[in-house]
Amino acid sequence: MSGLVGAESTGARVELEPVIGLEIHVQLLTRTKMFCSCALSFGEPPNTRTCPVCLGLPGSLPVVNERAIHYGLMIGMALGSELAPRSIFHRKNYFYPDLPKGYQISQYDEPLCLGGDLDGVRIHRVHLEEDAAKLTHVGSTGRIQGSSRSVVDFNRGGTPLAEIVTEPDIRTAEQASDWLKLLRATLRRLGVSNVNMDEGSLRCDANISLRPAGTTTLGTKTELKNMNSFRFIERGINAEIARQRGLIESGGKVVQETLHFDPASDRITSLRSKEEAHDYRYFPDPDLIPVAITPDMLEAARAAMPELPAARAERFERELGLSADTAHQLAFRGELGDFFEAGLPHTEHVQQLGIWVTGELVRHLGDADPASSRLRPAALAALVELVAARKVTQTAAKDVLGELVDAGGDPAAVIAARGLGAIDDAGELTGIVAAAVAANPDAAEKIRAGNRKAIGAIIGQVMRQTKGRADGGEITRLVLEQLGLDG
Amino acid sequence: MSRQTDELTALSALDASRRLGTGELDPGDLFDAYRERAAADELNAFTWVADAAPPETAAGTPLGGVPLAVKDLFCTKGVPSQAGSRILEGYRPPYTATVVDRLAAAGAPLLGKTNQDEFAMGSSNENSAFGPVLNPWDHSRVPGGSSGGSAAAVAAGLAPWALGTDTGGSIRQPAALCGIVGLKPTYGAVSRYGMIAFASSLDQAGPLTRDVSDAALLFRHMVGDRDCCDSTSVAYPAQVDLPTASRLDGIRLGVPAELAGDGIEPGVLAAFEATLELARSLGASVETCRLPHAPHALSAYYVIAPAECSSNLARFDGVRFGLRAPESTDLISMYTRTRHDGFGGEVKRRIMLGTYALSSGYYDAYYGRAQRVRTKIADDFRAVFGDFDFVVTPTSPTVAFELGAKTGDPLSMYLNDFCTVPMSLAGIPAISIPNGLARPPAGGDELPTGFQIAGPAFSENRILDAAHALERELGFDSTRVRP
Repeated sequence: MSGLVGAESTGARVELEPVIGLEIHVQLLTRTKMFCSCALSFGEPPNTRTCPVCLGLPGSLPVVNERAIHYGLMIGMALGSELAPRSIFHRKNYFYPDLPKGYQISQYDEPLCLGGDLDGVRIHRVHLEEDAAKLTHVGSTGRIQGSSRSVVDFNRGGTPLAEIVTEPDIRTAEQASDWLKLLRATLRRLGVSNVNMDEGSLRCDANISLRPAGTTTLGTKTELKNMNSFRFIERGINAEIARQRGLIESGGKVVQETLHFDPASDRITSLRSKEEAHDYRYFPDPDLIPVAITPDMLEAARAAMPELPAARAERFERELGLSADTAHQLAFRGELGDFFEAGLPHTEHVQQLGIWVTGELVRHLGDADPASSRLRPAALAALVELVAARKVTQTAAKDVLGELVDAGGDPAAVIAARGLGAIDDAGELTGIVAAAVAANPDAAEKIRAGNRKAIGAIIGQVMRQTKGRADGGEITRLVLEQLGLDG
Repeated sequence: MSRQTDELTALSALDASRRLGTGELDPGDLFDAYRERAAADELNAFTWVADAAPPETAAGTPLGGVPLAVKDLFCTKGVPSQAGSRILEGYRPPYTATVVDRLAAAGAPLLGKTNQDEFAMGSSNENSAFGPVLNPWDHSRVPGGSSGGSAAAVAAGLAPWALGTDTGGSIRQPAALCGIVGLKPTYGAVSRYGMIAFASSLDQAGPLTRDVSDAALLFRHMVGDRDCCDSTSVAYPAQVDLPTASRLDGIRLGVPAELAGDGIEPGVLAAFEATLELARSLGASVETCRLPHAPHALSAYYVIAPAECSSNLARFDGVRFGLRAPESTDLISMYTRTRHDGFGGEVKRRIMLGTYALSSGYYDAYYGRAQRVRTKIADDFRAVFGDFDFVVTPTSPTVAFELGAKTGDPLSMYLNDFCTVPMSLAGIPAISIPNGLARPPAGGDELPTGFQIAGPAFSENRILDAAHALERELGFDSTRVRP
């Protein structure tokens, strides 16, 4: 997409360019909460993962989770950020029932990580804070309107969050979604979060504005919330771009406000305007003394850094000659990349191995981790070797893979046991092809008349008869030969 | 009161703990003696008194079972902890403050909870939702605040000793007005975990006791390892010793010109001068020193403390604990009605002040500037301690004043902390010891005055020693006003 909207429907009007920045909240996968020793909650009964600190009881005090700082430093390193010399927390004051202390402990003018870049999108900052509790509005819609009462579950309250804010470097909804997937892969690779949008461990808001294409000043932005899947992010951003474009083109003005996206209707509604924005009265939290980031802390974070997806994809392309697409698929789903790399010592045909992992294996497993199947990486590599040596056809090998995934074992043994070895007796195949040509006179006639597509019927019959053990190319060659045509 | 009760409660906490240690004294008898007195409290010093001695045996503990009165703002599991506020009426927390736990483990079981100014905001104890505390020396007068209940209970012999908190003078000033000893420790020396916060960067727990040795003994068991639940706490760098000094030879006392002149009642000043003379006779040198920024301390304090309290008190929203106004129709009305009904006037005033001071566009002019003044004051003290061992001042510019005398004039009430706030801002330790009696300016019976000794951070041992030497010579009888 060009990033230019408006032109196709209005012709002469000024082309408007969307400018998009993202604010991503990531729940960190620490053992305990950000400021207390409660274990993180994963669907426990409400209010069973709480203590005086995360309930904000009088007299309780926060203590910073060092692991969260460690994870924050790793995120900063992964994004190429400048790391702060000290960790300091502020209080962000506002009243809401999901905020037990009446303030959120967050970082303000000294974020843990400043600047950075991921795949051409600049990072503004990364800071640490605590998650709010979960409010449930009792009623049909689940939203506060029309609800008779609200209940609070404090299990989530105090979960460590990293807030990652980008610069407004994104131009399309699709780019936003793609970039977020890269960020997710990166964070998953770091092991700092489950980064699961369904479960809320990855949440994304978008700041969106439009401006005349070719200009550099930013238009008035809106902040769009509640896009809790990659699909909704694209739909939400596109809906907001369309709304702003409609406003501007009809002579109206975009108002700075916070918006809510309803994925059920694609409707966007206002949560609050700029005038209603809170004065958060930030000030340094006097309960938490600033903590210097020591060389030891930096070294520990550096030592814990894995190879990141972007670098891994680049290495797969450069060193192993994989296609960009295969390399990205392997690198962005780290578990696929791990499986692939475990199979590498067992085959010369590394590109083919990559294709099998990202193609046929993913078709079998979906989103599941191949390490949790019965298939061993060496077995897949051996299967790739057998295909390359024409000991088994592609078609038969797909069957074999299915059995290996379900039951494990050695591919050569499976092939032998099920009689799926490629027909390497030229005489045998010549006879089967001759019978098939004779059984399909119409197709033979069409082929002779120049309709090469008609060959499919004959190949299909041979494949059925040989149960996929014959090579398609070889069958084609034999058919044409027997009809007196050259390849 | 029985004769036995009077004999038991006449013992200092140190004496009592020694006799408990030898088995000469039974901890249950001692507890009952104090419980009997506390239950008969006519000063409104207590908001809750234990029904019976705790079942846990204090045998083998260092203190052996000397009961402890605890300011109401310390959380005590299952026991009302209301911080003098309507908004926490009947609130029984699910956990106990670290320092109360430590003292209980050391053999100082909870005797009762003491009345206080609401959320420790006040200098007269008249800001309590549960009524004012009366000064045992004169029931028409205030005991000081905010730890007024603790001070009055100790002075009247209703408790052997008590825990208070000091944010800008809330231990030292009531100790002075009630004729007892009060120590505000170095900021960070005592865990704040479980202390219902007023101003986090200033609040500090400390002992209120009949004499300096008792203060040292209680303080010894308040400090120790760093509390992992309080990031601002530190491991106390030394063993706290019982004071032994009887002389002040070579001790250099600095009298800050800014804190020992204008605004001090003549009787208080006379007692102060007499104590300085006594210090000289014990071998100390006394010279004027300068704390050039001290006159700005109150202004800075009344920005910083309200700013922090405006945030600290946001959690009293009616959602999870304490008062919830019953007729609320929606969220905002629940918040506003609950806080309207639950907070007293002074608390509301400080929340408003603090909210304003932190507001966007005003932060630098108020909070930022106040913090810079605070740094200057700490620097002033640091410079002075290059030349002097201690800074000494009158603790309170006045003796105990009459109930209602200042309630209509917040600024004159704030001036009570004129001599104590600079040390709070600097985070340094300071003690107040009774140093005599003075007649109020408008006449009437003589009332106690306090002498404040402040030293560098973690100099409590030296402060206690100096205070002990003076105390011996002053000969003040802190048991004089017992009922």
